[in-house]
Amino acid sequence: MSEENVIEVVELTKKFGAFLAVDAISFEVKAGEIFGFLGANGAGKTTAMKMLIGISKPSSGEASVAGFDVYTQTELIKKNIGYMSQKFALYDDLTVRENITFFGGIYGLSRSTIKEKIKVLVTDLKLENIIDQLVGALPLGWKQKLSFSVSLLHDPKIVFLDEPTGGVDPITRRQFWEMIYNAADQGTTIFVTTHYMDEAEYCDRVSIMVNGKIEAMDRPKRLKEQFEASNLNEVFLKLARNSKSD
Amino acid sequence: MKRFIGFVRKEFYHIYRDKRSLFILFGMPIAQILLFGFAITNEINKVEIAILDHAKDATTIEIINKMASSKYFSINRYLDAESQVEGVFKQGKIKAVINFEKDFGEKLIKNGQSTIQVIADATDPNTANSITNYIQSIIQQYNQSININQAGGTQVFMQTHMAFNPEIKSVFMFVPGVMTIILMLVSAMMTSISITREKELGTMEILLVSPLKPFQVVLGKVVPYILLSIINAIIIVLLSIFIFKMPVQGSLLLLGAESVLFIITSLSLGILISTIAETQQTAMMISLMGLMLPVILLSGFIFPISSMPLPLQLISNTIPAKWFIIIIKGIMLKGVGIAFIWKETVILFDMTLFFMGISIYKYKIRLE
Repeated sequence: MSEENVIEVVELTKKFGAFLAVDAISFEVKAGEIFGFLGANGAGKTTAMKMLIGISKPSSGEASVAGFDVYTQTELIKKNIGYMSQKFALYDDLTVRENITFFGGIYGLSRSTIKEKIKVLVTDLKLENIIDQLVGALPLGWKQKLSFSVSLLHDPKIVFLDEPTGGVDPITRRQFWEMIYNAADQGTTIFVTTHYMDEAEYCDRVSIMVNGKIEAMDRPKRLKEQFEASNLNEVFLKLARNSKSD
Repeated sequence: MKRFIGFVRKEFYHIYRDKRSLFILFGMPIAQILLFGFAITNEINKVEIAILDHAKDATTIEIINKMASSKYFSINRYLDAESQVEGVFKQGKIKAVINFEKDFGEKLIKNGQSTIQVIADATDPNTANSITNYIQSIIQQYNQSININQAGGTQVFMQTHMAFNPEIKSVFMFVPGVMTIILMLVSAMMTSISITREKELGTMEILLVSPLKPFQVVLGKVVPYILLSIINAIIIVLLSIFIFKMPVQGSLLLLGAESVLFIITSLSLGILISTIAETQQTAMMISLMGLMLPVILLSGFIFPISSMPLPLQLISNTIPAKWFIIIIKGIMLKGVGIAFIWKETVILFDMTLFFMGISIYKYKIRLE
């Protein structure tokens, strides 16, 4: 992990009418870090993420991603990041190979690069038997692994994962996190939202968002010490209770 | 450009692998045009007519024989007086009465012309129109046969009277109408469904986060349907020319260009729908209720606009299909050139710009 910041956010805010979805959040993410972005449903984490990946304009505040400004350089940001949404997002009626070729194509990879990537993926993920099958016929766990691989196709500096492990069994989740570790080892920064607190323990650093604000941010171990909790779930519940009693 | 071709290829995979959309794309146009076409051609087979012959000379007998021997008519009965005509029609079996004036053959020789009156039961305007067309052609043949040796010679004039509905205004509308419906359906409904499908599946988000620009995404979704709609238009025109002998009097090139314009109008409507609808089902409902019904009811395809109450006439002006029907009817049936339909063309063009403008505006709001 280097000391270089790949994401810098200062007082970033998003208003929908009078509603403050994201309330002046500030944080940095270092290159190669696995950064967990935690919060209950509706806490504002997806909205915050959408501003960072350039599909939603901030109301105020500053932010840069991979060195590019979220107001003026969204096209450059898009070229340098990968994204996997909480809804599974490969095409069911295309084969695995066609999906990879398509997504590689829209990121501007050449045909020969795509072929190489497919070769590597086939060996790494043992895809020999399913490479020419329709994605719709595969189990959910497989689809998610593929979706993650596809988001890494163009070797992005940062990959944004929006609740990537929703609805899969613990074993598949564990395998998925191994893939995340591999990517981080190769220098990719991982920005992941989740509401599974056990997964949050795998992150280098986590932030916990409550009602649009970041209420706590540190290494999981230190957070537990600070809140005198045995796991992150307790930390989270304490924070949520405090905010309600406000 | 390479990215774009990849995108279009992917779109064709979707269409090709979805049997239902394949059926809507190609099965329906053919089925519709055949249905409409044969419903009309069946009606001009052995239509029963009555003869009111005031002359009863060699000439009238020759013409009557020509009619009787054609496969289009069968002579049901001979009348004696005009007063019988209405009663005959009211019985409903006889669809037309052929009335020869007094001294028909004599006048033809002496004055060089004489007149046949055709009274058709125009409660069914399509049949009435076909009947008069066929009788007209029989008389023309007769004229040619008696004039074969002399230039500028004698002539039989035909005078038609459309009983009960003197202005037949809904005839031969089926090919332009069906073509309009199909182009509208394929272009607007299929694109709006295919775009909302990406939204529903979550792939739209992935595409928007990719370096592709939003207009490239939309263009990539739309181009395959432009191609397929053009193929559809060609199929429809070929079917109507070769199977139904529908005349295309005007320029095929102009017809093609106007069709492409209308396809783009419909596509922009489809894009507009997809900016409003979040699910495929909503998109389909909006397309069917918001586009198909007005096209069928208010475009002049089935019900003549001129006989609608004023408010509906005004509403019909806002329907792109109305203007397209006027355009292709003009080109196909009347053989007019751009000089006669430029106004309608400009209206369609403006509508297209308008729909696209709103779509872009809506799209930007979504991104805010």
